[in-house]
Amino acid sequence: MQERVNKKLSSIGDKILHWRDSVNDGLLNTGQVVLFLGNIFRESFTRHFEFREFLYQCYKIGYKSLPLISLTGAIMGLVLTIQSRPVMIEFGAVSMLPGMVSVSLIREMGPVITALICAGKVGSGIGAELGSMRVTEQIDAMEVSSVNPIRFLVVTRVWAATLMIPLLVLYADAMGILGSWAGTNIKGDVSFTLFCAQAFGILEFIDFVPALIKTFFFGAVIGLVGCYKGYHAGRGTESVGLAANSAVVVASLLVIVVDMIAVQITDMFTT
Amino acid sequence: MSAKTKQEHNANAVIAIEHLSKAFGSLKVLNDLSLNLFPEENLVVLGKSGSGKSVLIKLIVGLLKADKGSIKVFDQDVTTLKRDELDVLRQKIGFLFQSAALYDSMSVRQNMAFPLERIRKDLDEKQRTEKIMEVLESVGLADAVDKMPSELSGGMRKRIGLARTIVVDPIIMLYDEPTTGLDPSTSDEISQLILDVQKKYKTASIIITHDIACARIVANRLLMIQDGTVYKEGILKDFETSDDKIIQSFFKSI
Repeated sequence: MQERVNKKLSSIGDKILHWRDSVNDGLLNTGQVVLFLGNIFRESFTRHFEFREFLYQCYKIGYKSLPLISLTGAIMGLVLTIQSRPVMIEFGAVSMLPGMVSVSLIREMGPVITALICAGKVGSGIGAELGSMRVTEQIDAMEVSSVNPIRFLVVTRVWAATLMIPLLVLYADAMGILGSWAGTNIKGDVSFTLFCAQAFGILEFIDFVPALIKTFFFGAVIGLVGCYKGYHAGRGTESVGLAANSAVVVASLLVIVVDMIAVQITDMFTT
Repeated sequence: MSAKTKQEHNANAVIAIEHLSKAFGSLKVLNDLSLNLFPEENLVVLGKSGSGKSVLIKLIVGLLKADKGSIKVFDQDVTTLKRDELDVLRQKIGFLFQSAALYDSMSVRQNMAFPLERIRKDLDEKQRTEKIMEVLESVGLADAVDKMPSELSGGMRKRIGLARTIVVDPIIMLYDEPTTGLDPSTSDEISQLILDVQKKYKTASIIITHDIACARIVANRLLMIQDGTVYKEGILKDFETSDDKIIQSFFKSI
């Protein structure tokens, strides 16, 4: 009997210790994230801003993503148009198809799908790059050369992602509308001018501005998560893959969460 | 040496470490370690893998935080310096990493220019280029100036890593296993280069190694770490003639 009680108590003790370790790890990670964000904020507003590296990152994140965004944006508009057309015909509202597609693209699909594509391309790229720099001691080498790696590597990438993702979203929206026009013309004959008049005539300020504002947050999330995961990668080569992988997963998840919050906030102001 | 003379001698030290301890969780890596590095000397730190040699120089340069003890570099205690003060101090210290740690995305020229642009702001573009070429010539790799790190062999990477470190004229050099992973001939070349750097740039250096051939070429003084503390300190002859089994096994293992 006594033995059974001892075993039970020992098992409860182990669970408490395990729980305590989990809480400690959680607090440690939270502290690390807060410290990381604090460092980024502080280093963003110094006179030693690494402007040349920032421009290079804008080029890498923005310009180098254009082919992928062009293709996905155009396909997004094309598919949305082809899929929606039968339903719109059924309701006798086929003339509203361009307007419906443009609202869907600009309000939701353009920002979210572009952000998810960028979470994959940009987030994993940053995570893998910084992760491999950590593993091969390049970040340490930067630090001992009196160069603050947060300022040079992280701040430049976070700001570049924050500013480039909204531009990529606008570009994807434009490509999506072009794709939609192409989709409309597969089974119809609508001039580009008429299509644009129908597509943009329905758009209002509230369709455009909140959608644009949330893309800055998408960009910041992608840059921050990619940098955090890469910067805090472990020491082995396996850590590079893990950093890239978790950067994509966490950034994609946070993009969805930010989108949900943005929709709720927009809804509060529009209803 | 009398106590007073010894005190005066120690006061000249460019690095003075006292009662240094460092642990990672329950693993004690350094335990009450003390050492001095004097101007223009090459101090070779020997020890088995995992004995805390690399941790020691990472503590000196502030990449790791000490648990206990003081690390004075030019009379400034690294353990208490703020980030900005540490950055200023680091400008006087060169660090050659085991992997050379060249920036993969930059050419050799950009690798060299990176610290130079930020530390030697007094130099203009032309002077920077001249300085880069001068240092590259001193390591025998002026031809590699426009190559990418991926195009370089292990020995070349170490030389470029060394060149990138000395381009900003450090007063102290810290070498983390400079000959590891190199063939004997290239190892000798790197060891000779360390000696040349000491003579040409008047640097004081700590060389972390377990390569006795390298130690024989570069050492003015040696120090062995065992169980996290200084096990023996002296000149090469003291080590080679020692009857101690641990030291003997180390020197006979070559």
